Amino acid sequence: MARLTDANVSIAEEIIARYPRAKSALIPLLHLAQEQDGWVTDEAMRHIAELIGVTPAEVLGTGTFYEMFKFEPVGKYLINVCGTMSCALLGADDLMHAAEEELGIHEGGTTDDGMFTLHRAECQAACTEAPCLQVNYRFKFRATPVEVRQLISDLRSGRLDDEVPPHGTLARIRQHIPADRGVGAVDPADVTEPPAWISAASQGGAS
Amino acid sequence: MSEQLVEITVNGKTVSAKPGEMVIAAAERAGDFIPRFCYHPRMSSVGMCRQCLVEIDTGRGPMLQPSCMVPVAPGMTVDTQSETTKRAQEGILELLLANHPLDCPVCDKGGECPLQDQAFSHGPGESRYIEEKRHYEKPIEISSLIMLDRERCILCDRCTRFADEVAGDPLIHFVERGNATQVMTYPDEPFSSHFSGNTAQICPVGALTAKPYRFKARPWDLEQNNSTCTSCSVGCEISVHSSRDQVLRYQGIDNDDVNWGWLCDRGRFNFESIHAEGRIAEPLIKTADGHQAASWNSAMSITTDLLKGALESKGPSSIGVIGGARGTNEDAWAWAQLCSALGVDRHDPQLGDGMPAALLGMPRATIREMASASTVVLMAPDLKEELPVLYLRLRDAVVNGSTKIIEFTSTGSGLTRHAWRSVRHGAGDISTAVTETLAYAEVQAQLSSGPVVVIAGRSNLASSAELEFAAVQQLVASIDGATVLPALRRGNVVGALQAGLAPESPQHDSTSTLAAAAGGSIEVLVLLGCDPLADFPDRELAIAGLNGAGRVVSITGHMNASTVSADVVLPAAVMSEKAGSTTNLEGRVSSVSKKINTPGVARADWMIAVELADRLGSNLGVGSVEEISAQLASTGAEVGAVWSVPFELTSSETSVSSKGGYDIDLVVSRVMYDGGVATASSPSLAGLAQGRAVAVSPDVLEQLGISTGDMIRLVSERGSVELPVCRDDRLSRDTIWAAFGQPDRESGHGDVRALISSSAHVSRVRIERVS
Amino acid sequence: MTSFPWAPGFIEGNRPQIVTSRFQYEDSFTLERYLATGGYEGLRSALARSPQDMHEEVRSSTLLGRGGAGFPAGVKWGLTPEGVYPRYLVVNGDESEPGTYKDRLLMERDPHQLIEGCLIACYAAGLSRCFLYIRGEMALAQERVAAALNDAYAAGYIGKNILGSAFSIDIVLHWGAGAYVVGEETALIESLEGNRGMPRLKPPYFPAAIGLYGQPTIVNNVETLSNLPFIATKGAAEYTAIGTESSPGTRMVAVSGHVRRPGVYEIINGTTTFRDLLYGEEFCQGIRDGNDLKAFVPGGGSAPWFLPDQLDLPFEGRLVGAAGSMLGSGAIMVMDSTTDIPSAALTLTKFYAHESCGKCVPCREGGTWLMRILDRVVEGHGTTDDLDLLLEVGESICPGDMPHAASADLQLEATPFPYKMTTICFVGPSAYVPVHSALTLFRSEFEARVAPSRSRTRIPVTAVGGDS
Repeated sequence: MARLTDANVSIAEEIIARYPRAKSALIPLLHLAQEQDGWVTDEAMRHIAELIGVTPAEVLGTGTFYEMFKFEPVGKYLINVCGTMSCALLGADDLMHAAEEELGIHEGGTTDDGMFTLHRAECQAACTEAPCLQVNYRFKFRATPVEVRQLISDLRSGRLDDEVPPHGTLARIRQHIPADRGVGAVDPADVTEPPAWISAASQGGAS
Repeated sequence: MSEQLVEITVNGKTVSAKPGEMVIAAAERAGDFIPRFCYHPRMSSVGMCRQCLVEIDTGRGPMLQPSCMVPVAPGMTVDTQSETTKRAQEGILELLLANHPLDCPVCDKGGECPLQDQAFSHGPGESRYIEEKRHYEKPIEISSLIMLDRERCILCDRCTRFADEVAGDPLIHFVERGNATQVMTYPDEPFSSHFSGNTAQICPVGALTAKPYRFKARPWDLEQNNSTCTSCSVGCEISVHSSRDQVLRYQGIDNDDVNWGWLCDRGRFNFESIHAEGRIAEPLIKTADGHQAASWNSAMSITTDLLKGALESKGPSSIGVIGGARGTNEDAWAWAQLCSALGVDRHDPQLGDGMPAALLGMPRATIREMASASTVVLMAPDLKEELPVLYLRLRDAVVNGSTKIIEFTSTGSGLTRHAWRSVRHGAGDISTAVTETLAYAEVQAQLSSGPVVVIAGRSNLASSAELEFAAVQQLVASIDGATVLPALRRGNVVGALQAGLAPESPQHDSTSTLAAAAGGSIEVLVLLGCDPLADFPDRELAIAGLNGAGRVVSITGHMNASTVSADVVLPAAVMSEKAGSTTNLEGRVSSVSKKINTPGVARADWMIAVELADRLGSNLGVGSVEEISAQLASTGAEVGAVWSVPFELTSSETSVSSKGGYDIDLVVSRVMYDGGVATASSPSLAGLAQGRAVAVSPDVLEQLGISTGDMIRLVSERGSVELPVCRDDRLSRDTIWAAFGQPDRESGHGDVRALISSSAHVSRVRIERVS
Repeated sequence: MTSFPWAPGFIEGNRPQIVTSRFQYEDSFTLERYLATGGYEGLRSALARSPQDMHEEVRSSTLLGRGGAGFPAGVKWGLTPEGVYPRYLVVNGDESEPGTYKDRLLMERDPHQLIEGCLIACYAAGLSRCFLYIRGEMALAQERVAAALNDAYAAGYIGKNILGSAFSIDIVLHWGAGAYVVGEETALIESLEGNRGMPRLKPPYFPAAIGLYGQPTIVNNVETLSNLPFIATKGAAEYTAIGTESSPGTRMVAVSGHVRRPGVYEIINGTTTFRDLLYGEEFCQGIRDGNDLKAFVPGGGSAPWFLPDQLDLPFEGRLVGAAGSMLGSGAIMVMDSTTDIPSAALTLTKFYAHESCGKCVPCREGGTWLMRILDRVVEGHGTTDDLDLLLEVGESICPGDMPHAASADLQLEATPFPYKMTTICFVGPSAYVPVHSALTLFRSEFEARVAPSRSRTRIPVTAVGGDS
């Protein structure tokens, strides 16, 4: 486990090219690594460091700042039960207990079969739909303990395979800038002039 | 250009400050110390620790602001002692101490700890924090030199900022977040920066400690003297700390012209060699049973007789003096005077690994001028490896200033990534590379945009000095107003050359002397603090020279390869054991101080010269360092005229034929840690030498079907060696590189110097597989 | 008053709609629907005039930033230093303030409206590259925006020479990875540069002057930008006709917690009162189970709390500020009479302590310390001294007077917003705000939980003196 595959290196190169400075691609590339392996491996971080020209320590430094990156294997499904204000007011603890019981693990744990990891999460920007949770960052709104048990059983049986990709996959649609349409990224050090439409307008205008 | 000063009021006093100066610095100059932890004047302000919050009024009423982030502005009023300021500072200190262990009695920083000191001066006096503190495994080794105790760390970002901003080695970094934030390396990638020791010096708590000093002393037991580091010729200002006649550490001092407070790890830690086992404490005379200890009187008598005999039988040209670049100016002057008195012309402080002394006759630049030049042309060894703090200054000029680097190199260097243009050339094509590069309009435009400084030194020890010097001359002649900063390596090489030890012609340099010795025409060879067997690039010539010399007299602090077979060994004082002055690469003269006593009866080099002169009937008329300094001051101006003699490349054979399949350029240069005595006899550093190997491009590996670690044989017209190979992506397929002077750790790993011939301008080799 | 299953939480009312007009369509996120409902007309209208003209139009609309600070967008665009290029637009889609839910909805349901807003902003302010930063946990929003960007590129609305004009721009989709503090604009920029999302100090790092890659950078919130197509199409006059003079247009407000009908509402800015929102028939329809209102957070988790005393204040920045709190990001969290106030405060303090970036000491150390003291109190192990200690530790984070609401019962006058702070950004103070609000307005609930004063534990710092 695992450097980025050739296919992912191509994607990585496309992502890097969008930024005036390669280091900006660091977080998207960590996501790519996590999508490939389900978590972020040491080898992947070294590979990312090579791709964007930084040290592995810098990749680790940035990566560990962000909660979504996991540096140890996690379950195929990461269940994040929101525990912040509105969800807490409306029964987040009950959801957590139901999930713990159903999975037979405690908050923070992973099931023995590697299927589920259960975390308490902070506000997920769905407060009107409290209490809520996410499975691999797909929402379940206004959840009840019964629904949580059902959700887990559906995930276990594979009934939700189409809706919930394995941990690591976020958006299943990637941005692609067509070569004939893209303007391209330029190092800011190489630009001093205003963009074309501004110069055109000011030449035509009063100034 | 005079800058308009800004007037601000600090605690009621009017203070003039430079525009852009931060309030914390202006207040400090005015005598009002504002407590701080993350602020460091040589690094960017981050405003993280919040300890320097003071009330600043810019017209909208007093507001608490971090004084390390607020530049002075006209009319600004600063109150560093208001109730609000005090309350804020006490509050921050209480928070800083919340998770800080109170293990000061066993902490190396105790007694010189900014946190401890400021807890007393600006703290609340008590803590209400009764929760359990953060716990981490302690301490952990983040490199072979540095230990990290994360529990003591207050996360001020100084070390990490230093590694990133100053050293350019971001190998330590904050990891995790919030209350769990820690400084950490990547797993299995140690903080192997050449500058790691600085982090221990600037750490405001005892989180980072340098292994050589750990648990060695308490700060209040240390005596200290300001001095100059002579590990290389940059001349960093240092403070030498000792206790009970033992040097325990060097700390960098912020000298605005030179080192800005920084030191490289070699310079910082090789003080250990002062107390190494190999130090020579008394004169030794070679007998049939090996070296026998002798009194100064008998050793000096023998030496005098040897010199007298040589003078009488074969004249002064049968005496050669090699070395002298590791001592003080006073040492060099005394030896130059002795040579002069005896009529000895063969003297050279360099060992065939430097540049012709004529380099110093070119228009010279200072470090400060380099750092403010528009363009710096590098035709020099890798500064990061050989003149590390000069590398820091130049890197800063590029990263934070507007200096652009044009680099000529065969292998790439530590500055390649910062170079505006990095010109790759074959070892013999340097002159062509210069011509072609200068022909580009954009290069011309850059060169004419402002001052140009050429950093000139020996970039390849397997090429001749003549070849490289000719290119420097060509370069300087082609660029209007260009000045030169000599990149010569040994601590006082410039001082020694200027004090009269420079050979007056190539016929008197070390190469000629060794050749003469090999040919049997040298009766007495004096090695003045040098080790040609280890340091002279043409190894065969060095061996032949030492074997062929009638007698060898070695004046040295440590036993070394060349000393082992010397007829007379005179014990010499090393740095920190003698006072005097040293001259750095820019010509700046600074003092070196005597902090401790020499072992046994060792003496300074100048004393030996003065006594020999006396015994030989030529009293030098001096008896102390001060008297020599006075002499130096009065004669200094005359020296140097000889170096402006035009220098011409005598041989046109810069390109060796590919006959015999010798079609690969050999590049040999020094790296920071080698087998040299200062590193090898410092226990903390000795293990850092990388060992013998040869680096080749990936193409070559593929072509030969071998991989890193496999042995290959290199064959030149001079000889052959077998070495393990390693991959280096920076190299082209027709260039290989090897580090000079690496210790012989594994039998069968040859010394690459066996391939080098001092009579060839370039060294070419062919590679053979070792089956 | 309709809700749509495809827009969970959103409740449409009989009110002007500026940013939610397409939410009624199930396919509102597609280019087809967008074009069929007037999409990209604002861009055409902008391109038909000079950038300066368009900028002026936005300036005169007094469109206020919707991210929390409420600064006028048109003025913000004008803060870039003269003649310094390139300049960038960074879209703040890192919505994560507790209680806030609107930007995600706008990205999921009408991504083209946001894209069009970005284009208009870049055109008007001369910004030559746009980075659209979406919170990491919002997978659906990322998908919808990615698809919309791909479609808009293909259709010629983004890229080189847009609609045949001299205007050329790329919009780059970027996404985060879970760190609340990245919603702070300088931290957002750090994150976009591939760094730890730690805020920079302002001054000197005002993004408009020294932002992304050190260049002038405008950071605008998703909702702010989503207003631009309306302003470009219909003009500032029509925009300012809605709402009040100081707070024109509409606002997205999420009301959550103990109300009968929690939801996201597009309300008329400046006039709608908290009473309307919490009790109005077209809004939340009162407190759940017929309970009494105990307190509410009027502007996201970092806002000081309000009491029923403040219900009749309109949703207007200055008035709310004067009353001791802030509007923030348009998020109201409601606590009814059953709420355990110390626990509620702990929930919020825990959030901010957890989300501290660790850069500055008062937040890193103080936030966690507050959380641990409060935890002790909530668990019943505290003393009355701990209550004072909470305020004293808070004083190290926010020196001086703390804003709080007035209370008739407690005979307490309001202290207006804002607070002073020893921290770099507002995360540290936000850990203290709920503690301060709860202790100021509901001290008796805490006192009922703790034991009487013991002699207080103080550790002399002289212990660090060593053996010197």
